[in-house]
Amino acid sequence: MQREDFVVRFAGEGGQGLVTSADALARAAVRAGYFAQTFSTFPSQIMGGPASSQVRISNKPVLSNGDHVDILVALNQYAYDNHNEELGPDGVTIYNAEEFDLPSGGQYFGVKADELAKSTGNARAANMVTIGAVATLMGFPLAEIDAYVTERFTRGRPGDDEIIKANIEAIRLGAGVAEESGFSVGQLAPPNAPDYEQIMITGNAALSLGAVAAGLDYYVGYPISPATTILIWMENNLVGKDRFTYQVASELEAISTIVGAGYAGKKAMTATAGPGVSLMSEGLGLAWMAEIPLVVVDIQRGGPATGLPTKSEQSDLLACLHPAHGDVKMPVLAPGSVEECFYAGALAVNWAERYQGPVMLMSEFGQAERGENIRKPDVSAVKQETRSVYTGENGYKRYVSWDGTEELPPMPIPGGTGAYVANGSEHDEIGDTTHLPRHHIRLTERRFKKLDLLKDAPREIEGDAPIAIMTWGSSKGPAREAYERLKAEGSDISWIYSVALNPLPDDVLDALKQKELVLVPELNYQGQWAGLLRQEGVRAESITQYTGLPFKPGDLVDLIKARIEAKEKAGAAR
Amino acid sequence: MSARNPEYDFAWCPGCGDFGVRRALEWALEQFTTETEVPPSNNVIVAGIGCSGNMVHLLEGDQPFGIHGIHGRTLPIAFGVKSGRPELNTVIVAGDGDFLSIGAEHIGPAAQRNLDITCVIMDNGVYGLTKGQSSPTTTLGATTTSTPFGKIEVPLHPLKSYMTMGVSFVASHYSSKPRDLAKFIRMGMEHKGFSIVHVQSPCTTYNDTYDILKGDRKKGIPGTAWIVPEEHDPTSRQAADDLLERPGVPLGLIYQEELPTLEDRQEEVRKQHPGKSVADMVETYAV
Repeated sequence: MQREDFVVRFAGEGGQGLVTSADALARAAVRAGYFAQTFSTFPSQIMGGPASSQVRISNKPVLSNGDHVDILVALNQYAYDNHNEELGPDGVTIYNAEEFDLPSGGQYFGVKADELAKSTGNARAANMVTIGAVATLMGFPLAEIDAYVTERFTRGRPGDDEIIKANIEAIRLGAGVAEESGFSVGQLAPPNAPDYEQIMITGNAALSLGAVAAGLDYYVGYPISPATTILIWMENNLVGKDRFTYQVASELEAISTIVGAGYAGKKAMTATAGPGVSLMSEGLGLAWMAEIPLVVVDIQRGGPATGLPTKSEQSDLLACLHPAHGDVKMPVLAPGSVEECFYAGALAVNWAERYQGPVMLMSEFGQAERGENIRKPDVSAVKQETRSVYTGENGYKRYVSWDGTEELPPMPIPGGTGAYVANGSEHDEIGDTTHLPRHHIRLTERRFKKLDLLKDAPREIEGDAPIAIMTWGSSKGPAREAYERLKAEGSDISWIYSVALNPLPDDVLDALKQKELVLVPELNYQGQWAGLLRQEGVRAESITQYTGLPFKPGDLVDLIKARIEAKEKAGAAR
Repeated sequence: MSARNPEYDFAWCPGCGDFGVRRALEWALEQFTTETEVPPSNNVIVAGIGCSGNMVHLLEGDQPFGIHGIHGRTLPIAFGVKSGRPELNTVIVAGDGDFLSIGAEHIGPAAQRNLDITCVIMDNGVYGLTKGQSSPTTTLGATTTSTPFGKIEVPLHPLKSYMTMGVSFVASHYSSKPRDLAKFIRMGMEHKGFSIVHVQSPCTTYNDTYDILKGDRKKGIPGTAWIVPEEHDPTSRQAADDLLERPGVPLGLIYQEELPTLEDRQEEVRKQHPGKSVADMVETYAV
């Protein structure tokens, strides 16, 4: 039976090369013209502990992790026991026969990958034995994996040839075991190779790259899952002349440091997770008050407190909109795919420069470490906005009233003219502290009015149906997949989506207000986004999940259908 | 109220030590600017929260750039300014509450980096702006609004703390001799590395220590301030540590060590790792 996509999951313990296996399979598939998306889940510890890594391979762009697992590679009994329930009806398990055994007669077969790998003379090729077996089960051409292995190990070192030979032999040995087993999960449909150049990248790397493409030249951070990979990316890439990256001593230090850098003229950013956002609260208020351009990235995980450091949740929305005390509402961008991470990274930097203030950029664990093939971004086409810099006479009044009818007045930069005090206390035109009501009134209004400059984020408004789906952030993929399935089944439903959650573009808000019902899938208990939409006068209802895992599109299809039916019944009863 | 801004609605109490520190800072900035030919617009004052932080709004003469941020974060803000723009002469003005209580965690990292900035710390041994609470340098047993029955915590010795944390320039002075104080602030600016000029700056309202510092023969008070002897070798850590064993308030340079600054080390790294273009970064993800 020909099928458009397969999900392969490698489950075992952290440190067993699960991510490497999923990544290798994904890369081989992309090389062959398919689309692939990886996803990993692991405990918050360095070695060991139950972990898994999976790849979804398809002949069209992959939107989510899918509903079921088609092939489970279980490296120990615990992994089998915990993951076999997620196998689809025709799913097959390949288990590690060197570690445990299963009673005969099930949808599974054992492979002795280490033993077979050793027989090739290269004990490290065990994962290729497994991948050979996996490929055979789904009818993926072995030659494509050979080609991937050949490319990967051609490094110009002595011994490359032997390594390649052993790996190819390992692939064949695994394939042989799979063939003998007699199992198959179907035949992967031929690829629809995209006609554009691609890159294979994770969400966090794409976000970092996007920010740097927009001219980011200053980054500090403090290690915290799942944002640490951004710090590491910057430490390796944002180096050289006029660039600065540094690991600071805390999130308290990080936010104040980028306030200083942003004030001094740098395009500055930090990335953290929920606990760090809590610590940055006061510093973000300072950036809002003194009007300092900077970007704070929140890679969400489960909260509150230390919460679930390596799990999926979208529960920081209220915290990111209102991180600081006082009259503050931060601009928030929440990209919903790996590709959107790149462009949102760039837009966040541009927004900060354009409106001279702090911008929150939200992603989430599942999206951060997910690897995906995306269209290669044309960095020369990425817009680089730079704040308007004051160059006039000294005695400048930076903090004049502003109602949006003229350009936002320029910002003086140390070393240039127009020395002033950037002040976290309420201030007058030159930045001196004041308690006079007229200054607090006019500058509060100025700070909120500036948000009107930020209404250009990407959005999608599709269909006229009175019931719409409006998800946010990393739930976009599964929600979109559910939407497409519902449409294919004939459901009358429309789709509204915005990368910007604040400010919402006017056309998005108008479209939302016209709907009779807006269903909001989001990964938190309170239905944070739905609540905010209701504040705006939208008839929004949340569909929540708080398992620490992303949505499954199939679950969303069922939940959305149930809401539509409930609404119809309520209508009929009236 | 200030000379340049009649509407500015903050004023120090009459006799506040911060007036003297202000004069000293104005002179130091002027001298540093003249000597080094650094334009005044390259001076950035990072102010803490408290009476002392208001200095940034009260400076007369050529106006420096200023940032008056949030409580306890002068060092990270200054780190951002200086690491982003190494050519800027970055000076912190803060008090014992801001710098040594809520902000104390930042002193160690700034010292380890040998961040090339100068901190002018005005120590009055009390939280003045919030009306007289105990601070890290308030003496044991002192009655304040927050220690009505006497303070039961021994005071911090800021100078010893700075030495322990590895600060590469430590000077101590008081506000009553602005000409002398200006000299040490300027030396701090000239020092390549992390400089702290710790200044006794009495609060005439809540903790008037003028008599205790200077002494008063009529009242029979000996005076706790003493001038650092000429034979003291500020390049010797041992000599500095020994000097600080003497009770009271030293006036002068305690310690100065020439070490590579953060910027020096950063430049070394940049030489070896010049970085790549964004387009080249994208290529590393090619499939």
